[in-house]
Amino acid sequence: MSDGAPRIGVITFPGSLDDRDAQRAVTFMGGDAVALWHADPDLRGVDAVVLPGGFSYGDYLRCGAIARFAAVMDEVRAFAERGGPVLGICNGFQILCESGLLPGALIRNRSLRFICRDVFLRVETSQSVVTSELTAGETVEIPVKHGEGQFVAREDELRRIEDEALVVFRYASADGATGDAQNPNGSIDHIAGIRNARGNVVGLMPHPEHAVDPDVGPTGGQPLFASLLAAAMAGAGA
Amino acid sequence: MTAPEEPLHRRLGLQDDEYDRIVETLGRDPRPAELAMYGAMWSEHCSYKSSKIHLKTLPTEGPAVLVGPGQDAGAVDIGDGMAAVFKMESHSHPSAIEPYQGAATGVGGIVRDIISMGARPVALLDPLMFGPLTAERNRWLFEGVVAGIGGYGNCIGVPTVGGEIHFAGPHSQNPTVDVMCVGIARADKLATSQSLTANAGSLMVLYGAATGRDGIGGVSVLASATLDASSEESRPAVQIGDPFAEKLLIEASLELIDRGLLEGLQDLGGAGITCAVSESAARAGMGAHLDLDAVPLREAGMAAFEILTSESQERMLAIVHPSRLADVEAVCARWGLTTAVIAELVEGGGLRVTLGGELVAEVPARSLVDEGPEYDRPMAPPDATAMSSASNDPALLPFDKDVREAFFSVLTSPNIASKRWVFEQYDSIVQGQTVAGAGSDAALVRVPDSLKAIALSSDGKGRYGALDPYLGAAHAVAEAARNVAATGATPLAITNCLNFGNPERPLVMWQFSESIRGMRDACLAFETPVTGGNVSFYNESSGSAIWPTPVIGMLGLLNDHRLRVPTGFPRPGLAVYLLGETFAELGGSEFAEAVLGVVAGQPPRLDLDAEAALLRFLQAAAAETLLASGHDCGDGGIGIALAESAIEGAHGFAVTVPGDLPAHVALFSESASRAIVSVAPEHEVRLTALAADHGVPLSRIGETGGPRVLFDGLFDTTVDELREAYETAIPRLLGEPV
Amino acid sequence: MRCSFEVLVSLKPGLSDPQGKAVASALPALGWTNVSGVRVGKHIALEVEAADEAAARAQVEEMAVRLLSNPVIEEFRILEAEEA
Repeated sequence: MSDGAPRIGVITFPGSLDDRDAQRAVTFMGGDAVALWHADPDLRGVDAVVLPGGFSYGDYLRCGAIARFAAVMDEVRAFAERGGPVLGICNGFQILCESGLLPGALIRNRSLRFICRDVFLRVETSQSVVTSELTAGETVEIPVKHGEGQFVAREDELRRIEDEALVVFRYASADGATGDAQNPNGSIDHIAGIRNARGNVVGLMPHPEHAVDPDVGPTGGQPLFASLLAAAMAGAGA
Repeated sequence: MTAPEEPLHRRLGLQDDEYDRIVETLGRDPRPAELAMYGAMWSEHCSYKSSKIHLKTLPTEGPAVLVGPGQDAGAVDIGDGMAAVFKMESHSHPSAIEPYQGAATGVGGIVRDIISMGARPVALLDPLMFGPLTAERNRWLFEGVVAGIGGYGNCIGVPTVGGEIHFAGPHSQNPTVDVMCVGIARADKLATSQSLTANAGSLMVLYGAATGRDGIGGVSVLASATLDASSEESRPAVQIGDPFAEKLLIEASLELIDRGLLEGLQDLGGAGITCAVSESAARAGMGAHLDLDAVPLREAGMAAFEILTSESQERMLAIVHPSRLADVEAVCARWGLTTAVIAELVEGGGLRVTLGGELVAEVPARSLVDEGPEYDRPMAPPDATAMSSASNDPALLPFDKDVREAFFSVLTSPNIASKRWVFEQYDSIVQGQTVAGAGSDAALVRVPDSLKAIALSSDGKGRYGALDPYLGAAHAVAEAARNVAATGATPLAITNCLNFGNPERPLVMWQFSESIRGMRDACLAFETPVTGGNVSFYNESSGSAIWPTPVIGMLGLLNDHRLRVPTGFPRPGLAVYLLGETFAELGGSEFAEAVLGVVAGQPPRLDLDAEAALLRFLQAAAAETLLASGHDCGDGGIGIALAESAIEGAHGFAVTVPGDLPAHVALFSESASRAIVSVAPEHEVRLTALAADHGVPLSRIGETGGPRVLFDGLFDTTVDELREAYETAIPRLLGEPV
Repeated sequence: MRCSFEVLVSLKPGLSDPQGKAVASALPALGWTNVSGVRVGKHIALEVEAADEAAARAQVEEMAVRLLSNPVIEEFRILEAEEA
C-alpha cells in the first residue's frame, strides 16, 4: 500500500470470479485495491469502484438480476450520482444495466456458446473514466469470456446511446475496422462497452483486468486502469 | 436390468460371496440399509476391488511426493513451502447418459477432491474421447460434454487450461470423459488424514446443498456395470450440477481451512454420506454415530438407504471440534451455505446410524472402507491373429497417393485438427495465472506471487493401447513427460485415469495388467511416481469395449516461467532441428488410420533411456535459453509437428525431411522420443554440444521463414493455408459456418 | 390463502432472441417447414400466501416487474392463479 495511491474498491458478490484478478490488476497498475463485500452497505471511502466479472448468484435468473439488490449497491448508486468512477466488467456490466445505471441489456451470445478469446476494441471516446488516457480511434487488445454478452437495446434507447455518444468501445479488428467477423457475440452496432452521460460510469464485456500483466496475456487493459486510477485520484466521488 | 425377484444384495450389485462376507463380518443377517451401504462402498467404483492388486505394483514414492495414493488427491512439493495437489477422475458413465450434466458434475466432483485437501483449485484439464463426428449421436455427446464442462467450470472461477480430444469408433457407445483438477496449497495446511487431530466427541458437519433422492446408486452403480439398451432408464440417477453452490463451497472451505477451524475435511462423491462418514471415522481410527434426521433433505420421506447413498452434488463434510462449531457455522452462513451436525466421532470402530430415533445400521466403519473384497481376476492375452501382428505393418502397405494430399488429410483429421472450437468455450484465464494454455505442449500455470509455474499435460494413447497395451501406457507417460519437458519444465509426478472395459472379461483384465506394467516401467525410468488416480471399468456395451486407454496427467515444475519455451516458431531465420531418430514406424499411426484406413501393426518402439535423455536435454537447453521454440513430435509425425509449430507461431519454414525412408514414412512415422526445436544461429554450436553430452541424436533440417511452408522435394504451401485447414476441420464436421 | 402462479417471461418482440432463432432453424431440418415466430422464454412457478387472490396477484405483478423480468428487454405474463 503506497501513500497517496488511489484506493480502488472491488466488490465481491456471491459468485464473483474475477474479483481477485481485478484487485491484482489495480495493484499492478499502482493503485491500492480494497476488497468490498456485497452485504456491507459501506464503500470504505474508496476513490473508485469496480464491479468484477463472474456469475453472481449463478446468473440463474438473469445475469446481474439478483446482485443489483445487494446492500452495497445503494452505496454504489449514490457514489455514481456524486460523480464517482464506477467500472463494471462483464458480470459487473450486466449488474449496472440491471440496476439502470447504464442503458440496454446483455443477452446470450449469437452463437449460444460461451466464448473466451482475445479481441480488439476500438476506442470511441476519451470522455470516460477508463479512456481518458486513450484517443478515439485507437485499438486495444483485451480478452472476452462470456456466454451472455450480446448487447441489446430498444430502438429508441439505441438511438439515444449513439446520438449522445455513449458507446465507449466497439469490437473491431487490430486496425479498427468493425464487422461481423470481429464481433464475438452479435452485439448490436458492435458495442462492447458503454458509459453514462457524465462518463463516470462505464460497463464493458471484455476483461481489462486480464490484460495488464504481460506474462499472462495482452496488455490492452493497462490504459483503462491508468485512466481509472487517474479519475480516482481526481476524487470526483468524495 | 436385473429381474426384480432377485435377492436384494444382487440388486445392489453385491455378489453372493460378498454377501456371505457381510454376514460373517456382522455375525448376523444385514439390515436393508446396511446392505445398501456395503453395496455402494464395495462397488468397483468405490473399492477398486478388481484393480487394487495391480495398482499396488506402481511406484508411488519420490523426493517430491508429499501425499501418495489413497487420499482424495496426490500432492507434490513445489518448493518454498508450497504443494501442488492433483487428481484425475472419470465421469464417462454419467456423460454417456446425459452429456451436459454428466460432464458438469464430473468437474464439480474433481474440484471437491482438491478442496478437501485444503488446496485452492487453480486449473482444470479434460481429456475426452468420442466416436467419429460423422454420427449425429456422437456430435450430440461431444457438444453436450464440452458445453457441460464449460457451463460448470466457467462458473466456478477455475480456468480450464488443457486436455486433449480424440475420436475413435469404439467410443461411439462409450464416450470417455476424464476430468483433472490441480490445486495449490501451503504444504503445512494440506488437509490429509495424517494431519487429523480428531478425537471422540468431534463433530461431523455436513455443509452445502441439501440431500435429494437423485443419484441414488448413481456413480457407484453406473460405473460398476456395463451400459445396455435399458440405460435410458438410468436417467433419474443423473445429477444436476449447481456450479454457483460449488463456488460458495470452494470459498467457504478454503476460509475454514485457512482459519484453522477444521480437524479434517472430506468431499461427498460416490456412496455419498456413507463413504464420507465411514472414511472419516476409519481414518481417525474411530467409530461414529450418524443421525440421519439431522441431514437437510430436499424431498420429504426419504428412506434411510436413500439418505445414506444419495450422491447429491455440492456437499462437503467437515470434522470439527465442538469448540469451533459456532465459527464454522458463521463462515458457512456468510457464504450462504447451510450446515448440519450429522454425526459425532465415538470410541470404538462402530458406525451407528439412526433415523426417526430407530437404529437402521450398525457396522464396523473399517469394514466398509478397508475390508472390501479384492479380486485377482483371470487374465488372457488376445489370440495370435490379432491386428497387432508385425505382418500388418502399415509401412509395408503400398502407397502411391500424393504426399501433399495425404498431409492435408492427416492435418484435418479430427484427432489432429485444431480444438479451438472446444477450448474457446472454456474460461482459460480466470485467476490470472495462465502463462500458456491450449496450443502449448503443456499448460503453464503460474504459482501466485512467484516466478514458478506448474506444467500440466494429459495424454492417452488409445490406438497404441489397442495394439499393445504395455506400449500404449508407456507411450502415454512418455508423451506427457515430453510435453512438459518441451516447455522447459521438469516432470515431477503423475496422476491417472484408467479407462477400460469389463474387468470380468479375461482379455480386459490382461489389457489392464499390461497397461499397469507399461506405466510402471515408464514412471520408474522418468522418476515420475504415481500419486493417485482413478479406475474406470465397464466402458463397454454389448460386448464391445473401448480401447484400453490409461490417461496420464503429468505435473511438472518450471522454476522461472520467463524461461518457458513456446511451441510455435517465433520469428524467421531460426535453425530448425529434429531431435531423436526416425524409423519406419507407422503402426497405430494417425496416418495409417486417416489415410490408409487401418488401425494395425505394432506401435513405435519406446527406448525408455533414450526418452529420459531427451527429457533431460530439453530441460537443460531451456535452462540455458538455447531454444526459441520446442514441440513434441507425436501423432502425425514430423510433418504435423512442423505444421503446428508454424501455425502456432505464425512463421513458416523450409525443411528437408531427413533420412532414406520413403517420403510418406519419413513424414508420418510416429517414432518415439523426438521433438522439433528452433534455435537462433548463435546457439547452434552450443545446442549441438549439449545434445552430444546427453546422447540425444539431432539433425538440422532447415530454417524458419515467413508465410511460406516448404517440404523440399515434396510440396509447398503457406502458413495461412495450413491454418485454414487446421482451424476449420472440426467446425465443418459440426456443420457450422467457417 | 395460498395461491400458485406461473409467470412466463420472454424477450420483447423485435429483440434478437438467439435461443428462439436456434430452435427455429432446427425445426425445418426435422421436417417441420411451416413454423415461424419461435421465441424461447422462462417459466417460473411459485406459490404466494396472501389474504386473497387479488392481493396475491398484485404481489406477483410487482415481483415480476422488479426481479423476475428485466423490463428493459423482457415482457411477462402471469397465468391464471389456482388455490394451491
